[in-house]
Amino acid sequence: MGADRLLTSTGSVNKKAMNDQNRKITILLAENNYDDRIQVEKAFQEVDSAYDLFFVHDGKELMQYLYRQGKFTEPTSAPRPDLILLDLNMPRMDGRQALAEIKTSVELRSIPVVVLSNSHTHADILRTYDLGGAGFIIKPQTFKGMLEVVKVLNEYWFEVVELASGEGVRNVKKDNFILSSSG
Amino acid sequence: MFNNAKPVTFLIAEDDPDDRLLIHEAFQESLVSNSIYFVEDGVELMDYLRRQDKFTDPAISPTPDLILLDLNMPRKDGREALVEIKSDPNLRYIPVVVLTTSKAEEDIMRSYDIGAASYITKPVTFDGLVDAIRGFKQYWVQIVCLPAQEA
Repeated sequence: MGADRLLTSTGSVNKKAMNDQNRKITILLAENNYDDRIQVEKAFQEVDSAYDLFFVHDGKELMQYLYRQGKFTEPTSAPRPDLILLDLNMPRMDGRQALAEIKTSVELRSIPVVVLSNSHTHADILRTYDLGGAGFIIKPQTFKGMLEVVKVLNEYWFEVVELASGEGVRNVKKDNFILSSSG
Repeated sequence: MFNNAKPVTFLIAEDDPDDRLLIHEAFQESLVSNSIYFVEDGVELMDYLRRQDKFTDPAISPTPDLILLDLNMPRKDGREALVEIKSDPNLRYIPVVVLTTSKAEEDIMRSYDIGAASYITKPVTFDGLVDAIRGFKQYWVQIVCLPAQEA
């Protein structure tokens, strides 16, 4: 059991896609709408990069995956993602709540989270950044649009940006705990 | 793609004058127009964001939509400034992208941990810098929505 593993692409590897540590990039998509999931999957298939795409379908499953609880206790079923793509409107626990939880967790907060959502109210956009999101993208209505988004995501996160490796910060000095608990 | 109505305002904290020039030129190479402001160290950066000292006029020092942050700066380094920005309820919504020479794993991990949106190691060549800035702008200007861009 474990998160649905949509696909693994080995393709031809560009020099950054291995994240300079000779491992594939792991992307975790939290999305409850089946058609939207398929669009993202198909768009990533078009991209020439080495990655593993994992998938959860609501906020509760997302947190279980990240904490390796429930059906995700086996570490290979839920490898720590390098990047989380997060829908906001999901049942059981929505993306807003999940983002807040991820960004206040010592072990999880260093994982970049990019929101990919139909909702684009100013409040949602502002809150995403206030909570520590690393981008807010409005879900494209066409496959062509989704392809464009995924190409840019791929180039930015896997070629331009350095990703943190490993399991997150374990020994954080007290003076690094600076996250305010006020809203 | 998602063309925003207003140009994006970038605030770049960079102590090395040659790097400031190169970054400015790299920004000009792209077609999307933006407003770019520079500060030279962490003290200036915080003064700018808090509208203190010589930065009291928002017409001259507008609140940025995004901050590019060098880590190694005199007076107050980027690490300390990042902590201050991300613990200030009035400032923490501004995405901060680290752009620095350091490739140290500890700097990368700690930057994300404190709340940097991304970490970019400065490419050693100008062409590399142009490519990085282009990819950076494709993401932050063309694809992503920033809070100030939504009316």
